[in-house]
Amino acid sequence: MDPTSTQAPPVQVALFVTCLVDIFRPTIGFASIKLLEDAGCEVHVPKVQTCCGQPAWNSGDRENTLEIAKQVIAAFEEYDYIVAPSGSCAGMIKVHYPELFEKIPDWHERALKLSAKTYEITGFLIDILEVSKVNAKHKAKVSYHDSCAGLRELGISKQPRKLLKSVEGLDLVEMKDCEICCGFGGTFAVKYSDISNSIVSEKTANIVATDPDLLLAGDLGCLMNMAGKLKRQGSKIKVRHVVEVLAGLNDDKPIAGRD
Amino acid sequence: MEINSPQFKLNAKTALGDKQLQGALGHVRENFTGKRAKARAQLPQFDDLRQNARAIKDHVLEHLDVYLELYEQKVLESGGMVHWARDAQEARGIVLDICRKTNAKTVTKGKSMISEEIGLNEFLQDNDIEPIETDLGEYIIQLRGENPSHIIAPAVHLNMDQVREEFRKAHTHLPDNRPLNEPQSLLSEARGILREKFLAADIGITGANFLVAETGTSVIVTNEGNGDLTQTLPRVHVVLASIEKIVPTLEDMAQITRVLARSATGQEITVYTTLSTGPRRKLDVDGPEEYHVILLDNGRSKMLGNEFSQMLRCIRCGACLNHCPVYQAIGGHAYGWVYPGPMGAVLTPNLIGIDKAGHLPNASTFCGRCEAVCPMLIPLPKMMRSWREKEFERHLSPYSQRRGIALWAWMAKRPKIYRFVTSIAARCLSVIGGANKQINRLPMAGGWTAHRALPAPHGATFMALYNRQKGRR
Ligand code: SF4
Repeated sequence: MDPTSTQAPPVQVALFVTCLVDIFRPTIGFASIKLLEDAGCEVHVPKVQTCCGQPAWNSGDRENTLEIAKQVIAAFEEYDYIVAPSGSCAGMIKVHYPELFEKIPDWHERALKLSAKTYEITGFLIDILEVSKVNAKHKAKVSYHDSCAGLRELGISKQPRKLLKSVEGLDLVEMKDCEICCGFGGTFAVKYSDISNSIVSEKTANIVATDPDLLLAGDLGCLMNMAGKLKRQGSKIKVRHVVEVLAGLNDDKPIAGRD
Repeated sequence: MEINSPQFKLNAKTALGDKQLQGALGHVRENFTGKRAKARAQLPQFDDLRQNARAIKDHVLEHLDVYLELYEQKVLESGGMVHWARDAQEARGIVLDICRKTNAKTVTKGKSMISEEIGLNEFLQDNDIEPIETDLGEYIIQLRGENPSHIIAPAVHLNMDQVREEFRKAHTHLPDNRPLNEPQSLLSEARGILREKFLAADIGITGANFLVAETGTSVIVTNEGNGDLTQTLPRVHVVLASIEKIVPTLEDMAQITRVLARSATGQEITVYTTLSTGPRRKLDVDGPEEYHVILLDNGRSKMLGNEFSQMLRCIRCGACLNHCPVYQAIGGHAYGWVYPGPMGAVLTPNLIGIDKAGHLPNASTFCGRCEAVCPMLIPLPKMMRSWREKEFERHLSPYSQRRGIALWAWMAKRPKIYRFVTSIAARCLSVIGGANKQINRLPMAGGWTAHRALPAPHGATFMALYNRQKGRR
């Protein structure tokens, strides 16, 4: 079935906004909606969503994770697909929810069903909707960082690059070690801030050596970490989420930037 | 060995400020990972071999009792002795017993992590027996009175200058002005010194990479050949190994060897793969008169039945250390005990207790690179998370963190309140962020802002904007 064909009813997609995007960078949410709608989807934003539960899950708080995950499952299971502009939140739902409910049979089944239809946005556009290009222009030298969860849990690597290459005027240059962690790791960045700093410094050195105008990635946590470090180092390199460029929504200021 | 894991944060800070160490770690980052990637690329069936290796070990672990008994029987049949040690203390006692019975004064040693785990060198010295490490890396750190910082490259934290200095200090019988500029000259010097020690030693102690049940054979894989001399020259050969080192057959051993060296050093196979079965037989030209195996449990049989059992598949290749951004940043000593990096973060709490090793499974970004490269497909991040859960349940995690998570989770479960609070938070942070859209100081976020700016929100939350504009921007 061609999901974008005019005869078939549009695919019903629920956007999982993610808590960081909600608070720190709404543009990413709107860019996601635009990309999905341009691809022929009908996009819904369930109101009860807050967070996927990752902070609790990675802190060892299983009880709270369970309750938050149940809330997410109940709110999202009615849609055809669940899409998030984040590999780590999509990975939480897709990979970790089934693991979380392993010993609770009825919820496990629901978690598995949700898992099967949950996607990171660039993966969804390329692998499910089979979009081959986007309608955007952006004249800039761009480098892309592979965020860990998207890359290793969901296999997101070629998809964003393929879409970026279809952006008019965009020149994609790969940096050294683009697949190595930026040192964010959620609360890790605060709990082990010295180590995190060392890792992100290594990352920004590789970014700076590539000398792009713009740094992109698919996860806001990593982007805030890298942007925050670049700014502290006085770098002029701009930082944005990959969907902003793909959707052509570049009017908002870059992350941690004036212009 | 002294446990320094509770001071992990301090250790890490010191390591990050140590210029020499940072230089040496650069080597780990580039060399080990590059070589492994190349070796993997050259063997298209590498991932199948990993599956295979995993299946072999899983099978062993399910029937460990059977294979251990078979192994013991085969060792006995070949004329060797088997000693069972429940913990480190028992293992040390057995070694001392063998030393006393054979009147041993000096012991040469091949590289063995179990020896580190039971703190053997210190113990032997306290009992007037001289242990001599014969692996070059181990020899260097023994001179320096240090512990290994890596499970396959014990002296990887040092640079050439440091080693040269150490040799000049220790080998005072050699001319002061001898050239020691090449790695090869350092190796030759160590070899020269160790040669005499090999010949004089009463006992040779080695570890084991595998114990083969069908033949009662112990196997070591090495690159320097020191292990061979350690186990063939002295009168007595003692093998120190933990119980999970068992594989059923020689064929199984060969299978796992194919992923071991490739994952470790990027070699197709190590220079030496040495099999020893029992003491010297009548027609053998060399070999020890006595052959002992000490089988150490030290917490492993407990792991067999819990959520950490998969860790017992580990073949100590070191790939997870080499690819870990945290290990690459701080090196092995910061972890504060024998086993560093991701494998240590899972194993160490099992062996010394989570109350002492609590930082280890927390000091990870969960980037998943360790699991991605582990030849035995061990889900290291998942097991680190299991430790975090145990810490959380036992209230071992810091109070401030628990409070923070509890408060946040309370709100996350109440979307209306959550909406209200996040709207206010976004607005406040946006104001603090000012025109530059970044925050450089913020109470409670010092860990973040000490090293980087916090990007500020731009005002309203997505949810607020979306509802206000009915989905249109
Ligand atoms: S956990 Fe895996 S990668 Fe790490 S040392 Fe063991 S076998 Fe090697």
